[in-house]
Amino acid sequence: MPDASDQIFRSLADPTRRALFERLCRDGEQTVGALTAGAGVSQPAVSKHLAVLKQAGLVRDRQAGRQTHYRAEFSALAPLADWTCEMTRFWDRRFDALEDLLGRMDQ
Amino acid sequence: MTADTPEIRTVAVERDLPFAPEKIWRALTQPHLIEEWLMKTDFRPSVGEAFTFTAQWGAVEGKVLAIEPERSISYSWNAMGLESVVTWTLTPTAGGTRLRMEQTGFRPGQDQAYHGAAAGWPRFFDGLERVLAGLD
Repeated sequence: MPDASDQIFRSLADPTRRALFERLCRDGEQTVGALTAGAGVSQPAVSKHLAVLKQAGLVRDRQAGRQTHYRAEFSALAPLADWTCEMTRFWDRRFDALEDLLGRMDQ
Repeated sequence: MTADTPEIRTVAVERDLPFAPEKIWRALTQPHLIEEWLMKTDFRPSVGEAFTFTAQWGAVEGKVLAIEPERSISYSWNAMGLESVVTWTLTPTAGGTRLRMEQTGFRPGQDQAYHGAAAGWPRFFDGLERVLAGLD
């Protein structure tokens, strides 16, 4: 069953899409035209990549006049960094402290 | 979308320790020893007993669920919207004991995950790090 993280990883596996997402993260909201200028691919191709990113929840668009503006949706990355990473780090350090205590209990 | 379906996640840490199970058991179950490597607590190793792990930044509420002396103990671990179960298993080895900690819990719903990730968890861990750094 595909979940949100699968979709995020799949959409970022493509280097062009990843570059677009990184640019939006770095430089903030931009028009499709501005994104195309630095992408090295045609505007229809950029629009297609943006649609995939949008479907994964990684970008959001906003219509302003005849221009579509895109921005990165940082909160979409939250499922990738949930409590399990932090908790593993936490317990690993507690094991260190426990081992240290056990050594001192010997004396 | 599966984002609002609670999802079970497990964290496991395992280590071979050059100490006898009996000694590790004491460190895992006696409050004055638990305090030295984990947190202050009124823990009592008896099934059904509720306890609290406390620190300056907050608390973890728990209840002892199962005990097999010097072999395994499991208790609930509820903090910052995370409801989980922590299970310790001790297996004797030639050189001492293999100690395994397994924590299983539900991933909070998406809204809660955002709030948790944005506010709760980093604060929880920062607090822990600060307190524990002082202890170490």
